This record gives sequence, structure tokens and C-alpha cells, in this order.
Amino acid sequence: MTKTEFWQGNIACAEGALAAGCRFFGGYPITPSTEVAEHMAVKLPKKNGVFIQMEDEIASIAAVIGAAWTGARAMTATSGPGFSLMMENIGFAAMTETPCVIVNIQRGGPSTGQPTMGAQGDMMQCRFGSHGDYSVIALCPASVQEMYELTARAFNLADQYRVPVFLMADEIIGHMREKILVPDVVENVPRRALAKGALPFKPDDDMIPGFPQFGKGYGVHVTGLTHDERGYPCATNPKLHETLVRRLVDKIESARDRIADYDIINPDAEQVFIAYGAPVRTVQQVLHDRADDKIGFLRLRTVWPFPEKSLAAFKNVRRFLVPELNLGQIAREIERHVKVPVKSLPKLGGDLHTPQELVQALEVDR
Amino acid sequence: MTYEDWFRQDRLPHIFCAGCGNGTIINCTLAAVEEMNWKKEETVFVSGIGCSSRASGYIVTDSLHTTHGRAIAFATGVKMANPNLNVVVFTGDGDLAAIGGNHFIHACRRNIDITVVCMNNQIYGMTGGQGSPTTPKGCLSSTTPYGCVESPFDLSELAIAAGANYVSRWTSNHVKELEKAVKAGLETPGFSFIEAMVQCPTAFGRRNKFKQVADQVEFLKTHSLLKVKRDRLLEAGEPVPEDMFVVGELMRRKRPVMGAKP
Repeated sequence: MTKTEFWQGNIACAEGALAAGCRFFGGYPITPSTEVAEHMAVKLPKKNGVFIQMEDEIASIAAVIGAAWTGARAMTATSGPGFSLMMENIGFAAMTETPCVIVNIQRGGPSTGQPTMGAQGDMMQCRFGSHGDYSVIALCPASVQEMYELTARAFNLADQYRVPVFLMADEIIGHMREKILVPDVVENVPRRALAKGALPFKPDDDMIPGFPQFGKGYGVHVTGLTHDERGYPCATNPKLHETLVRRLVDKIESARDRIADYDIINPDAEQVFIAYGAPVRTVQQVLHDRADDKIGFLRLRTVWPFPEKSLAAFKNVRRFLVPELNLGQIAREIERHVKVPVKSLPKLGGDLHTPQELVQALEVDR
Repeated sequence: MTYEDWFRQDRLPHIFCAGCGNGTIINCTLAAVEEMNWKKEETVFVSGIGCSSRASGYIVTDSLHTTHGRAIAFATGVKMANPNLNVVVFTGDGDLAAIGGNHFIHACRRNIDITVVCMNNQIYGMTGGQGSPTTPKGCLSSTTPYGCVESPFDLSELAIAAGANYVSRWTSNHVKELEKAVKAGLETPGFSFIEAMVQCPTAFGRRNKFKQVADQVEFLKTHSLLKVKRDRLLEAGEPVPEDMFVVGELMRRKRPVMGAKP
């Protein structure tokens, strides 16, 4: 049984988190993400959860990480400037393998930029924003329905891979209101507990260690310093550092195909759009309007780790077209994986591409 | 059981320099924790970055060694998500008052039920002796080579002004008093702040005419002014010596608390 609702994207995000069992939200008000915090402030206390408005975004993500170590499913939501402030502790979460969910309702940057306008300018920051090498998972919703579903999935991925997972939405999807079918239950993949007596940072076969929840008698030391399998700092051991950092990257990159989530439409097409987030909606309109043209479309819900195998589905492709609300951040990633031309269709300022703009881009090559 | 049972034996010896005061403060803290009869599996130590913050890694309980200045923010998450845990933060003057100053005052304001033990050595020890927000005027450090010109923070007064329920200041010379103060902090619901003035022979003493470790401890001893004496001076309208710092229990009150055990 499902119920039908008419929700804003940010509300659907909060509801998806609650359905997934999120019981801790630490945040700081920032446009255009604030509705997520406001909704959590209303709902969490009624579910025995904790909502806390911290003094800034640095403290917000810190509190989320602290809560995660007590076993809670924990999240924060922010936008550009707040996302920048969170970067150091996001690296801490990656290094300490802390499961947590970070929602970024992207707005125009750099700096204060356009607080009320949509953008996708933080896609590379999400991947590489904290110092050092690491890998994360990023999901991009293109509808209110997906704000709900992908937020819920983000918690499962965070717990499964012990990694910060990003919901990289944008102001357009976050503030859009549309119909949503709310399921009774969402899939819940619990965090795998550390076996008693096992070393806390010794990985299992999937490169992921079991989770030693605080308060359960594990006596685990968690540090952002380079650490051995006991969790003890060993910051000057070159081999140990390399082994640790490679594992943090490989545990995600080796699971690329399992994490991947995308749709392939018209795989025989010669011209293929690739989109994620709000620009998906414009591409869908073009495909609808020009159904006879069999235009190809790779529609991504996972952007990091980049699902590169999906590109091979288009055997006859002559050209990929990538509309993004940035200056071609993911187009450049796509270029790394294909031999055919990749045409970036950047758009800044806060408006979506119009269907006409995308049709025009198709026809330039005809 | 004794306080020694709280140490991770396989992590010893520690990294602190010969003559460092931090070990004394950790001992006093663990002795107080032991007196509380807290269970190890219900206790979490959280710390930031710096010499003092290495303390969490030497203790057998769950511990979170976090980023610079953010220990209290992490501890807030731990305590709010599971109020049944006893949460103690180790920090230093740079970690707490410089980069982490905002989290410090907001945790006092919230009066969250954690205890913060600050080892105030008036210098950045880990990075080799740079001036901190508590370096006294005129003191030498690698970044105040002509003498510190900035006024220092009084961390305890800051905690009181911001709303902490319990505030005490002692020195590494006052081990009994310090242990009692930590215990009182652990017992008091709400935010408890224990400021421990410590010697740092390597980064501070060496540059500031304390040839021997004992010289700096002696300085801390002779420049401590008991709160009762300070109060008497104030009552008599006499001046409080400017080169002395007040020690003792500086605040104990019952403001509303966040994150207390249910």
C-alpha cells in the first residue's frame, strides 16, 4: 500500500530520511535547504529522535558524526557555503569510515552566489572537496519521488559501505512540489556490527570493517590520524598509510557497479543525452516531444562513484550531450571514459535549460 | 580497580615530553572517573587536536580523536544521540579557545551534560611553540618572538559568562584539588569546565626563563590565587595582583541542562 501526497522536494527528503530510520539531525539554517531541517525539527522529537540546531555547519557535521558512532542513522542538510564549511569533517568521516548522510540542496556559487537559485556547481567538491585521497557515494534526484527514495537509499549505502553518502540535489528539485507515492516501508540494510574480539579497523572480505558502536563495550579508538587495524595512530608508517587510503578508495570504487543506479533509453541512438538532477526534466521533455527521433538518454541517479560501464550501452553513439547547471563538471568526467566527442551544455544563473535549447544542441550536429 | 586500569597498556609509553604536565591532568581525571564508579562501556572520551587531545587514545573506553577545535561539537552529537553515555572531553587552550572557541561558548550556553578538561599550557605545544589565545602578554613563543602583545583569554570566566553549570581552575601542582574538581564536574548535571594550568617545558618554559620543569610548576603554584583570597581582597577593596590567576571552584549552579541521563 502506498499513499499519494503532494510534497515539496525538501519535505520528501526529510520524510525519506525518517522512513529510513534517521533519528539524528544536526544542522544550520541555509537557503535553499532549510525546509529539510524545519521538517526534521517538527518530526524527530515525535519519533524519539534528536534534532539539534548547531552553531555552524562545522559543528553540524561534527555532531552528526558523533551521533553516528552511537549507532544512530544521522544526517545533515545544507547548501554551498555550508557545504564548504563541512569539508574538513567530511574527510574525517571518510578516514574514520563513519556512516552518515549529507544533503546538499545546491545553489549558485561561488561564495554566497545565488541563495535561491538552482545549480549543480558542487559536484566536484562533493567528490574531491576534502584534502587527501578518498572516495564517496553521491546520488542525484530529479523528482520529488526520488528525493524520498534516494535519501532512504543513502542511509543504506552509508551503513553498508561505512562512508559519507551525499544527496546532491539542487534548489529546483528541492523546492519543486509534485505528486509522490509514499510507500508503507522502505528497504533497510542495517549496519554490520563488528564481531566481538575482532580488530575494529580490520576489513572483512569486502574491504569494509564491521561497525564497533560506542557504548557496546568495544573500547574502540577512532582517530582521523592514519591508524592501524587496532585503530591506533601510526602516522609515520608509509606502507600503512598507503594500504589504508587505498582501501578507503577501493572499497567504494570496486563496488561501483553495485552502487550504480541509472536508466538507459534508446541505446541504439547516435546522439545521447547524459543528465542527473534537475536537467533530467528538460531532457525528458525533449524525448517526449521528439519521440520519433529515438534520442538516446543516460539518466544518472548515481554520479559518484561514476558508473562508467553505463556509457558502453550506447553502441552507435556519435556524440554525448551533457546538460548541467555548471560549467561541465561531469562532462569532463565522461570524457575520461569515452572515445566519441562529449558536448558539454553548461548553464549558469539558476534557470533550467529550455527544451528548445537542447533541441538546438541536437541539431547543430545534424 | 584503580585509575591505572583505565589506561590502554598497549599504547604506552605516551608521546608527552619529559616534564609535561598533561600526564598529571589525565591521571587526576581518570582517578575522578574511577571514583564515580563509571563503567568503561558507558564512558566516552572525546578530544580535538594538540598534545592534550592525544589523551583520549590512551584510555580503554570508546574514544573519538577528532578534528582541530571540534571535539565539543562531536561530543554534543555523541551525548545527544545517547544520553546514557558519560562524555568527557580533553582539550587544550589552542583547540578550545582559538579554533574551537565558538563551539565552547555554545556548549556552555546549551549547558550540555558533558565535562570538558582543558590542559592550558598557554602555547601550541604539538606544532612547536606558537602563541595561543592564553599566552600571557610579554611571553615569548615562536610566533611572538618580541613578546606577546595580545591580551589572553580567561577561559574559566568565559565559561561562566557563557552559562556553564560548573567551573573550576587549578594547576598541575594541585593534584588533590584538581581530582576533586573533576569529580565535582562529572557529578554536576550540565556543562562542566575544568581548566588545568600545566607546564610545558619544551615549548613554553624553555623560551620563558623556566630553566627547570620545577621552576614552571613553582611559578604556577606561586601565581595561583585562591578564590577565597581573591574574594577577600575584593571585599576589602584591595587590588587583585594582575600577574596571578584565580584558582578554586569558580561556579556551581543549576541552569537547565541538555542531554542529561533520562
